[in-house]
Amino acid sequence: MNLQLTEDGRLRHLLTLDGLPRAILTQILDTAESFMDVGEREVKKVPLLRGKSIFNLFFEPSTRTRTTFEIAAKRLSADVVNLNIATSSQTKGEAILDTVDNLAAMHADMFIVRHGQSGAAHFIAHHVAPHISVVNAGDGRHAHPTQGLLDMFTIRRFKGEFHNLTVAIVGDVLHSRVARSQIHALTTLGVPEVRVIGPKTLLPSGVEKMGVRVFHDMEAGLAGCDVVIMLRLQSERMKGARLPSSQEYFKFFGLTPEKLALAKPDAIVMHPGPMNRGVEIASEVADGPQSVILPQVTYGIAVRMAVMAMLAGTTT
Amino acid sequence: MHASLPDVDPLIARLADAIAPTLTPDTVIVGIHTGGVWVAERLHALLGCKLPLGTLDISFYRDDFSRIGLHPQVKPSNLPFDLEGRDILLVDDVLHSGRTVRAAMNELFDYGRPASIRLAVLVDRGGRELPIRPDFAGLTLSVSDHQNINLSRLDDGHLTLSLA
Repeated sequence: MNLQLTEDGRLRHLLTLDGLPRAILTQILDTAESFMDVGEREVKKVPLLRGKSIFNLFFEPSTRTRTTFEIAAKRLSADVVNLNIATSSQTKGEAILDTVDNLAAMHADMFIVRHGQSGAAHFIAHHVAPHISVVNAGDGRHAHPTQGLLDMFTIRRFKGEFHNLTVAIVGDVLHSRVARSQIHALTTLGVPEVRVIGPKTLLPSGVEKMGVRVFHDMEAGLAGCDVVIMLRLQSERMKGARLPSSQEYFKFFGLTPEKLALAKPDAIVMHPGPMNRGVEIASEVADGPQSVILPQVTYGIAVRMAVMAMLAGTTT
Repeated sequence: MHASLPDVDPLIARLADAIAPTLTPDTVIVGIHTGGVWVAERLHALLGCKLPLGTLDISFYRDDFSRIGLHPQVKPSNLPFDLEGRDILLVDDVLHSGRTVRAAMNELFDYGRPASIRLAVLVDRGGRELPIRPDFAGLTLSVSDHQNINLSRLDDGHLTLSLA
């Protein structure tokens, strides 16, 4: 955990939201707020990271996350190199470190890492020289901290405060690194009621220990919610006999206008993307007036700018 | 030296009197966070400006970012007007090295191309490291480099200068 913070408590790497103090989360959100207007100006850039080289190291495919990291780095005036490294299941840790060493020899200042294996970003952060920082852009089922942060930013923008909210996370929590990061952030920021809703086969055993209320019935779980976060249902889960069919899933856990009506009238609907329309969410809801799914994407740029600016300011 | 610094309100009034004859309908007032915004708010009211007040946080343009990192409390910049062709009155509390003003001008130009920028400061304390000078100064002092002049705002909104 200390790997993420300097001795004087500043952000050194961003690997997980688990254990990050509330003050740091709030500082990231506040800094992101200041970056919001950069995208609206004539010159959509600030000179903060001029001369820095940021490597997007993606061992797993991603469009949205990689693109928003790239835009964020460019708006900070950094040079960005994208590496999409097709990886086989046999890839060994040593091969990853060889890649990292080679890029460090090209004077990298920051690595943005997406990897299918939990812990990959930690592994790299342990290894790199003191002037290099690492951002976890999603590792296995473990964490996706910038997604969790942009979700908190979205909630704060639409709801103002955290201390009076009921937030439901719906769907495949078991396989979701996004859900884990969201739960850590929501509880740290003082949300009094965090609910997880899903079939038993898609909720991790012992999830209550993370400070959430568990519902297997979506109608009951959505009642009175201020924020409804839908998770992506990966189609491969169907094959593993965890679920009968996507139609069946949609019937019980898909978000329809009827089910959304059980939440508060001003509830917002979020989704980390990419969406499976007609599986976890109905198009009428995804495109409806309560959806903030596209603002989430826009806010993701400001939040990633904030994280990269804070990290670059700590390691130099 | 300077055991007591003058009251702030007469200094701001004097500044406003000096600025008033030079105002154009296109002039916008932009204060630099944090102290510059306090002074700019007063000037904005005293001068009866119709256009809204702009505020600038220069944290993303500082030249010491690579040495000291990001300021922990960055505030959003807010320029609620088009800068193109405007006359800008840039306001700060204390002018010292000139580096803050350099950063502020760089930031302004990322919003558009103003017709002109003039600089008003409450206190010019000397010690410039860049070729920058104020167009209007409420007070001109010579203060040694290891001393700081600070503007602070009390709970009742009263502004005071202190030397430490």
